Amino acid sequence: MLPQFLQFLFSGITVGATYALAALGFTLIYNASNVINFAQGEFIMLGGMLVFYFMQAGLPLPVAVALAIAIPAVVGMLLEKLAIEPARDAEVVTLIIITIGASLVIRGLIQIWLGKGAHSYPGFSGSDPIHIGGATLLPQSLWVLGVTALVVVALWYFFSRTLAGKAILATSCNRLAAELVGINTQWVLLVSFALSAALGAIGGVLLTPITLTSYDVGIMLGLKGFVAAVVGGLGSGLGAVLGGLLVGVIEAMAAGYISSAYKDAVPFILILFILFFMPRGILGAQVTERV
Amino acid sequence: MVKHSLLKIVTAAAIAVGASFSALAADPIKIGSVLSVTGPAAFLGDPELKTLQLYIEKINKEGGVLGRQLQLVHYDDGSDAAKANGFAKRLIDDDKVDIIVGGTVTGSTMSMIPLVEKAELPFISLAGAVVIVEPVKKWVFKTPHTDRMAAEKVFDDMKKRNLTKIALFSETSGFGASGKKETEAMATKMGITLVANETYGPKDTDMTPQLTKIKNTAGVQAVFVFGLGQGPSVVNKNYKQLGITLPLYHAHGVASEEFIKLSGPAAEGVRLPAAALLVADKLAAGDPQKPVATGYRKAYSERFKEDVSTFGGHAYDGLMIAVDAFKRAGSTDKAKVRDAIEATKGYIGTGGKVNMSATDHMGLDQSAFRMLEIKNGDWTLVN
Repeated sequence: MLPQFLQFLFSGITVGATYALAALGFTLIYNASNVINFAQGEFIMLGGMLVFYFMQAGLPLPVAVALAIAIPAVVGMLLEKLAIEPARDAEVVTLIIITIGASLVIRGLIQIWLGKGAHSYPGFSGSDPIHIGGATLLPQSLWVLGVTALVVVALWYFFSRTLAGKAILATSCNRLAAELVGINTQWVLLVSFALSAALGAIGGVLLTPITLTSYDVGIMLGLKGFVAAVVGGLGSGLGAVLGGLLVGVIEAMAAGYISSAYKDAVPFILILFILFFMPRGILGAQVTERV
Repeated sequence: MVKHSLLKIVTAAAIAVGASFSALAADPIKIGSVLSVTGPAAFLGDPELKTLQLYIEKINKEGGVLGRQLQLVHYDDGSDAAKANGFAKRLIDDDKVDIIVGGTVTGSTMSMIPLVEKAELPFISLAGAVVIVEPVKKWVFKTPHTDRMAAEKVFDDMKKRNLTKIALFSETSGFGASGKKETEAMATKMGITLVANETYGPKDTDMTPQLTKIKNTAGVQAVFVFGLGQGPSVVNKNYKQLGITLPLYHAHGVASEEFIKLSGPAAEGVRLPAAALLVADKLAAGDPQKPVATGYRKAYSERFKEDVSTFGGHAYDGLMIAVDAFKRAGSTDKAKVRDAIEATKGYIGTGGKVNMSATDHMGLDQSAFRMLEIKNGDWTLVN
């Protein structure tokens, strides 16, 4: 009984960690611009696909990984510069629709450039499973968990201890006030897009050896990441991580104990319940509207 | 005024020239096709389209069929059955095609069938499920092997190894769902007990929960996975991660080089039924399928610089059966062509030997499948 439970838990935490990275990406951009960036899933896809492409081209793994994180970051900045910034006075809904359009463009280009097949590359530390309490865990899962933890700590440091991070936070609290005290809010937006794109790409890079990748994996991963962000409370970093892990674990438990047929439905039912009882998510900020 | 009449003359001349041109060259034979070139089934539809383009080009260079050129009219349904229906309507009403070769997946095919039946247009489907040709529909044929044949072939092999209690692990896609139904029916018929019956979603990235359940089910002797695309590769990886050592079987839907590449070392020892095309170079010299399989394989990989899959082979067979029928019918008269397709006998294709009849619109038997095992990252023929 216990080994089975452990196995479901490991499986859930691994997938959940990637949802968490995607959710952090949503959170970053939401904080900086109130926009839900539905192209977030495509950054996850870009990460995995680019590592595969560069390794095929003969580059060593570390170089391939570095490029596969840097290029999506540039794509994120281009997205902000070319699509979001020109429409900055538009309503938030319009901006969200723009991101959906951007995701279709990215997916389409990759489909033409790298083809429609599924791809994979070997795990960073081999594929011999580690046995814990009768359950098994892939070394790659440890990579996913470890890097996610590192990213969370780094982000926490960035936002609470550095001037740049505080500038982003200030912009998210009150854009006008931030501008008045001399913060370049345009720059903040650009950095947020680059950061969240890089976060998504990291998720994709780490997850691909376990789950494979193809041009269209971004759709589902992005949606689950969005669910995680909302469940955790949009705008809360820690909430995003908790939300991601929660969605991942519940999914795995549902597949294991109830039926795999309901696996994908469970997170979306979860989101309805959470929004019904906790409209701001688990760790959402308590905002009081000033009248 | 002068200008006006001049324009009239020029227009009239242009029309006359155009008319004489089309009178000189006989109208092309129009081959309509609706394939899933994008979307989840793209890995099936993409090689199918490439194959059709490659061979239609080739046939035209060699003088065409009945002295007429072939023209491919193709639409991409994006793996959406509703769109396939719309495009089929367009092929019939606007493009007025002479035959339809296409319908990548069972869903698209089924949505097109009522239209072609009503329009009385010959239709050769490239999709797998048995429902397409059973019950027999007058105008509908298909080239790929059915899921029922795959289940039978796998169970045959299992029985030889004295494996009678098995776990079925099927995909929730149309292909997997139909496969599940056929496998369950075939199990009862062949005296195989399904002690576990699990499913997974086509886009799932982790199947360890279901496999853990299967692993902990008492009495399982082998596992049979029914799916296509990337899911089965993930199953292989998870299978190895969980340290399950039971014999692992897959269905014919994963028969491509990509399956081995994606699964890596986790594919070792996996068995599956597949068409001879996949092992073209390993066939015995006297095998009737050898020339066809190696020829198609060579032409395809030279042109597109990628490995062949059996799916492209289905399109090859579909096109060749159609061309053969046009020749035997001596015209593109729809009823005559239909009768000619139904009378196809002894056609050797990439999928096997095709003998159609009024009661069998697929024409393949068990001999079309070879049982393969993956050894050292390559296919090997079992016995």
